[in-house]
Amino acid sequence: MILDSKIPEGPLADKWENHRFSSKLVNPANKRKFKIIVVGSGLAGGSAAATLGELGYNVDCFCYQDTPRRAHSIAAQGGINGAKNYQNDGDSIHRLFYDTIKGGDFRSRESNVHRLAQNSVNIIDQCVAQGVPFAREYGGLLANRSFGGAQVSRTFYARGQTGQQLLLGAYSALSRQIATGQVKMHVRQEMLDLIVVDGHAKGIITRNLATGEMKVWTADAVLLCTGGYGNVYYLSTNAIGCNVTANFRAYRRGAGFANPCFTQIHPTCIPVAGDHQSKLTLMSESLRNDGRVWVPKNAEDAGKAPSEIPEDARDYYLERKYPSFGNLAPRDISSRSAKEACDEGRGVGPGGRGVYLDFEDSINRLGENVISERYGNLFEMYERITGENAYQRPMRIYPAIHYTMGGLWVDYNLMSTIPGCFVLGEANFSDHGANRLGASALMQGLSDGYFVLPYTIGNYLTTISPGGIDPEGAAARETLESVKERVGQMVSAKGKRSSRSYHKELGNIMWEYAGMARSEKGLNKAIGEIQDLRDDFNKNLLVTGHGEELNMELERSGRVRDFLDFGELLCRDALTRNESCGGHFREEYQTADGEATRNDEDFSHAAVWEYKGDGETPTRHKEDLEFENVKLAVRSYK
Amino acid sequence: MKLFLKVWKQEGPEDEGHFESHVLDGVSEDSSFLEMLDQLNEQLLGEGKEPIAFDHDCREGICGTCSLNINGYAHGLENSTTTCQLHMRKFEDGDSITVEPFRAKAFPVVKDLVVNRSAFDKIIQAGGFITVRTGSAPDGNAMPVPKENADLAMDAAQCIGCGACVASCKNASAMLFTSAKAGHLNMLPQGQAEKDSRVLNMVAAMDEAGFGNCRNYGECSAACPKDISLDYIAKLNRDYAKAKIKKVFS
Ligand SMILES: Cc1cc2nc3c(=O)[nH]c(=O)nc-3n(C[C@H](O)[C@H](O)[C@H](O)COP(=O)(O)OP(=O)(O)OC[C@H]3O[C@@H](n4cnc5c(N)ncnc54)[C@H](O)[C@@H]3O)c2cc1C
Ligand code: SF4
Ligand code: FES
Repeated sequence: MILDSKIPEGPLADKWENHRFSSKLVNPANKRKFKIIVVGSGLAGGSAAATLGELGYNVDCFCYQDTPRRAHSIAAQGGINGAKNYQNDGDSIHRLFYDTIKGGDFRSRESNVHRLAQNSVNIIDQCVAQGVPFAREYGGLLANRSFGGAQVSRTFYARGQTGQQLLLGAYSALSRQIATGQVKMHVRQEMLDLIVVDGHAKGIITRNLATGEMKVWTADAVLLCTGGYGNVYYLSTNAIGCNVTANFRAYRRGAGFANPCFTQIHPTCIPVAGDHQSKLTLMSESLRNDGRVWVPKNAEDAGKAPSEIPEDARDYYLERKYPSFGNLAPRDISSRSAKEACDEGRGVGPGGRGVYLDFEDSINRLGENVISERYGNLFEMYERITGENAYQRPMRIYPAIHYTMGGLWVDYNLMSTIPGCFVLGEANFSDHGANRLGASALMQGLSDGYFVLPYTIGNYLTTISPGGIDPEGAAARETLESVKERVGQMVSAKGKRSSRSYHKELGNIMWEYAGMARSEKGLNKAIGEIQDLRDDFNKNLLVTGHGEELNMELERSGRVRDFLDFGELLCRDALTRNESCGGHFREEYQTADGEATRNDEDFSHAAVWEYKGDGETPTRHKEDLEFENVKLAVRSYK
Repeated sequence: MKLFLKVWKQEGPEDEGHFESHVLDGVSEDSSFLEMLDQLNEQLLGEGKEPIAFDHDCREGICGTCSLNINGYAHGLENSTTTCQLHMRKFEDGDSITVEPFRAKAFPVVKDLVVNRSAFDKIIQAGGFITVRTGSAPDGNAMPVPKENADLAMDAAQCIGCGACVASCKNASAMLFTSAKAGHLNMLPQGQAEKDSRVLNMVAAMDEAGFGNCRNYGECSAACPKDISLDYIAKLNRDYAKAKIKKVFS
């Protein structure tokens, strides 16, 4: 596997400009001849499909939901970063670049991150022009707030529904292209395989989730914009349908999978309430602007009502440990601190797995109406789920799996190791290193879709001739048959256990051994347990109904099957990264006071996994990361 | 909690459909309505029966995928709440609960509780956008928007496209949905250029998709999980009348 990152020459700030200039252009008459498949209609896929349609390409766009407007991007709450410096507080493209590189614990590519910071400015303009109703100040100008890991105020937001509004913006642009016929939208379709011919991506196989029909779609290039794999942990803040299937199938066809162990745990989620739990709900990190995190100083107080714990018996542990960032310390650090506090028996709420996020001071300082204006919908959501009123009693929060930095490896053009297969948004590994800063995923999805791929795809298309492959040809047929066989096996599975029960069990293994803290011993144990669970799945799975209909058990079984394989890969990656960095915390690598110890000497690289066949150990490759513009430093938020 | 459930079962679009009764015990009051249905489905699987199909995805009240008519109310009786956010503590031990799909001519049943709401997408495709090519936008602060207007636009833009408004209207009208989207864009300076064509085209698409007429019953807004106000319908009617007159005289 060759990992040529294709980073352009020149000084950092000029790389993107140089690259755009030297990128090959596809002339307008030829664009009409190319057909492009976009899998996914979230911020990445929606923006890419709309823009490619505008440019004159023929686009087929797919999503598993019943309409593109429901992609998981819709759930993002807090905001999107943009280096506009509208607040005149010292922000700049370089500062956003630096914060993102540092936030990622120096495990991302400088060139990509800088490009992202540059594009952030255009994204805000684009979205405003589309009618995204961002929050405004009284003078009518755009409002900003600050987010974890940053000391400037550069986050744009639309109440607590930023992702929804950005996605509806992209969806409206997409709808316009659907109306012109330039983009054909295929809903309730799940991609189950990638068609690769002579090493190039030439199409996909989908299953129509409403009718069960399986079909070949051919194209000149395939864009995977299929989101993250957080649901390998069963409980996460992701939507129930989020899956790794599209990416994992591409991996099995030759796409390198980079840094699968880089997963993000979000510090502010509503704690688990019981065994019925099917997902966890995020309380936007923006709450940490006005809320103070604490637990009782003494474990004996953990069972008391918060109002009975006096001020001097409370430990505002983030403020204590990280005075300059305080409650806005980055996600990985905040999450681990919460776990430590609960491990010490100082956690609150059911099972002792929770910490308080307290708004009393802010309410006294600003008034309840200001807090309600800022976070009203979040407080309501909290009350609906827990039955508690957070204006009167501090919220209980606990970390949960939220985002996945790892993903398919891509070069500077966003192309995977399979020529013609591009990967955008959360599905790729490119910009966030070992930890993502808040409000940066929305930015990355839209940067990839609106402003990067539409340029860089030309570098590939100009090397091939349009026309794709014969949908009836051998390659397409073989891929289709292999999918039919796989689905057929599951349909006929008449064992005893439901796919959900396997998913839950897998999630428990992952959370226990590959969650907030990992160790060699634990990871080895996890790999063994996952292999056993997979064997059992293959023997004892129960699927009812048949394949030629809407069959949600069958859908889930397919996803869980891929999660079982993928979970093992994730653990393997965590096991071979002998350092702690960002969201990846290995217990063996920490300082005496529990801070993560990075190993730049040996691990300043992206680990890229190559599939070698079922039952074979995949090969670990490396893309070394060169830092020419920032000095590798110990990430300190003290 | 122990519940007595009457749930709609329908093999496919052509099937007539019927209710089936189930008894479900040991439901936690902290679980959501959909988690209760998950539990029922696991129970059915255990009995070797086919689970009940229902739509859902985010399970946090924002994607608009979940639907369900619960005891005759779209998304259940609790105000401002989607089915996925409805929690079982709002019910009593021993309750009987009837669960049906959203019913409307323009939303045909796919299976069991799953319906096809793609008619909404058609309305948006007809004009629910501002025509701006990628890369052609002016600076974000070039056009200030009074906070009040931005807030009103946001109030409308919150619509999640769930279709509860349609399902709760006697005429299965889509006016609340359409007026929310049109209202959001028409309230912003960026949306002015296409305002007239937007309302004319969206309303035409709405009629074509088979939604009924609006008779101002107001059930839509009462059922809406995002509290979209009836004011937007009034505004759409005004904008429509103006656009129509302009069209006649042009
Ligand atoms: C609760 C929550 C809050 C968040 N808040 C923020 C925030 O405030 N700021 C921020 O920057 N980021 C936030 N994030 C992260 C951010 O929302 C996501 O990373 C981002 O939206 C991902 O966009 P995407 O386009 O890559 O993928 P998605 O939006 O997940 O879209 C994936 C698309 O792929 C399709 N798809 C997936 N698999 C298949 C398949 N096999 N076949 C066919 N189609 C498929 C889906 O249908 C969907 O259309 C948040 C995330 C969560 C979970
Ligand atoms: S107006 Fe309300 S009820 Fe109707 S689709 Fe929108 S959110 Fe749902
Ligand atoms: S499942 Fe997303 S709104 Fe209910």
